[in-house]
Amino acid sequence: MNLTTLTLVQADGDSAGHQGLTMSLFILVVLVTVAITFWASRNTKTARDYYAGGRSFSGVQNGFAIGGDYMSAASFLGISGAIALSGYDGFLYSIGFLVAWLVALLLVAELLRNSGRFTMADQLAYRMKQRPVRTAAATSTIIVSIFYLLAQMVGAGALVALLLGVEGDSAKNITIAGVGVLMIFYVVLGGMKGTTWVQIVKAILLMFGTILITILVLAKFNFHLSDLLGTAADNSGHGKAFLEPGLKYGADTTSKIDFISLGLALVLGTAGLPHILVRFYTVPTARQARQSVLWAIGLIGAFYLMTLVLGFGAAALVTGAEKDQIAASGGNLASPLLAQAVGGGTDSTGGAVLLALISAVAFATILAVVAGLTLTSASSVAHDLYANVWKKGEVTGAEEVKVARIAAFAIGAVAIALAIPGQKLNVAFLVALAFAVAASANLPALLYNLFWKRFNTRGAVWSIYGGLISAVGLVFFSPTVSGSDSALFTSADFDWFPLSNPGIISIPLGFLLGYIGTVTSKETDSHDRFAELEVRSLTGAGAEK
Amino acid sequence: MTEEVNAVVEKISPEAHAAYERIHASDDFARLKKAYTGFVVPMTLAFLVWYLLNVLCSNYASGFMNTYLFGNINVALVFGLLQFVTTFGIAYWYAKYSVQKMDPIADALRDDFENEVER
Repeated sequence: MNLTTLTLVQADGDSAGHQGLTMSLFILVVLVTVAITFWASRNTKTARDYYAGGRSFSGVQNGFAIGGDYMSAASFLGISGAIALSGYDGFLYSIGFLVAWLVALLLVAELLRNSGRFTMADQLAYRMKQRPVRTAAATSTIIVSIFYLLAQMVGAGALVALLLGVEGDSAKNITIAGVGVLMIFYVVLGGMKGTTWVQIVKAILLMFGTILITILVLAKFNFHLSDLLGTAADNSGHGKAFLEPGLKYGADTTSKIDFISLGLALVLGTAGLPHILVRFYTVPTARQARQSVLWAIGLIGAFYLMTLVLGFGAAALVTGAEKDQIAASGGNLASPLLAQAVGGGTDSTGGAVLLALISAVAFATILAVVAGLTLTSASSVAHDLYANVWKKGEVTGAEEVKVARIAAFAIGAVAIALAIPGQKLNVAFLVALAFAVAASANLPALLYNLFWKRFNTRGAVWSIYGGLISAVGLVFFSPTVSGSDSALFTSADFDWFPLSNPGIISIPLGFLLGYIGTVTSKETDSHDRFAELEVRSLTGAGAEK
Repeated sequence: MTEEVNAVVEKISPEAHAAYERIHASDDFARLKKAYTGFVVPMTLAFLVWYLLNVLCSNYASGFMNTYLFGNINVALVFGLLQFVTTFGIAYWYAKYSVQKMDPIADALRDDFENEVER
């Protein structure tokens, strides 16, 4: 039987039934999450409820929510896709994204829980001049979150359009707007409680879906990993090189340095991502924050091990027209199409059911992550910029929550407005950029503030803006924005910076500027409260309850 | 101190400030801090070096990484999988260590603080 012809016919023919099932599951995901949000909104009254879910979640619950927040569409679809296309080089994402959690576990989670309140800026501004540091931290929070948000929304548009078989720009635009409206709804109404429960449910769905496909893939090879790898290498068209490092990044010195740069941003970015940091405020104690990271490491580690099977599985088992479709989607469709293949192929009921199931999981993933990002940005606008910078703290919690809800609307609208024309942007590029900015702008300031007595306002402001501007600036002058065939502006040519990931320059620069800013400033006020910060962060004495 | 400084930070009472300073100067706090940094500093260096070694070997030690151990399993894959093992291991070790060596001191100091400040 000629499989290629068959699947090509298939793609045009009776795929309507599959799409009906996919659509039904999407609607089910929407209904369940909307119901959760309504339920959560009844218990959201104070600022503490809205920003931090009342600090009432257990370590296990928060661990699942962290997993739900972190294992984004870029992980689920992007990493398995990167492995399906680039083999071992794609695996670096899995490794870096997991090892990064040790930075969060050992250096950040518990100390942040004890010394912060609602936002990342609460911690950074603890012993500094409030207005400059909060403004800088809020700017960085919003920029990192918007990049991440754009990645998810652009991904959602492309994915949903492909999976539902709708074509043309208007369908993608409607999808993006629909995702935007939903996330505004979750965040405005449900606050942190609603968002957290959506993330918990999503994490469970994602783990269930991933375990199912992993077992089905391994069963095809009688649970012999070596056979799976061998078939993947044979069918990839690259042979053994597919299982070895260097397929994507090994070509020349520049791409090797780019690989190191990416590796640094991955491992150091996580503990500076504002939407991850605020999750530590949703538990009652530092010990529960530690428990949540331990659970998150278990879940995320298991998940990334399975992405290895999904990625190599897609390379081994997806053939014919679907294989071309994976390549055309930049790898993003590897997991859904693998699900279809292990379910029995394109013309089977099993294939249709699994494709619909995995597509619905991917959709739930996108919704949960965009909700977390919107909430984080809205909280920072309301709590940092409005309440503390503009009103100098003279506001009630109820007013803050009102402003946060308005901000969620505004950020959602901005994200929709940016994502629709931004559909040409590469999803993996946006996520990598968010990690690079987080590692360059946020992590140096966080670590200095926690561990270096002398650190002061100028140091904080310089490291945040320095890391932020250098990371974004270097990307602007990189081949991802201009000068190459895959660039954002193919006609222009201002790519004097050769790397697509700025981390190797901008992360050390963030640390260096924090140091120089500190030692050139005569401010000593920040030293006075260091003893307090140290005792509070290590013991929890006086921590927010 | 200028007016802007700490204008909107929660006000700390003189008693709370005194309690923080006293705890900070105590031997117990010095022990807690030593227990904490004594674990996390070497461990952070170790896992970062171990991780970067994987990245650098991928770039510059292809002969080593491309050695096949059995079937289609090569050193590169085992190296990557070992990163998972060490991450789980360090997390588990820290969980045990912190409960044994850090939490009792932290709890006692926090109780001191709460007795001192809230009465």
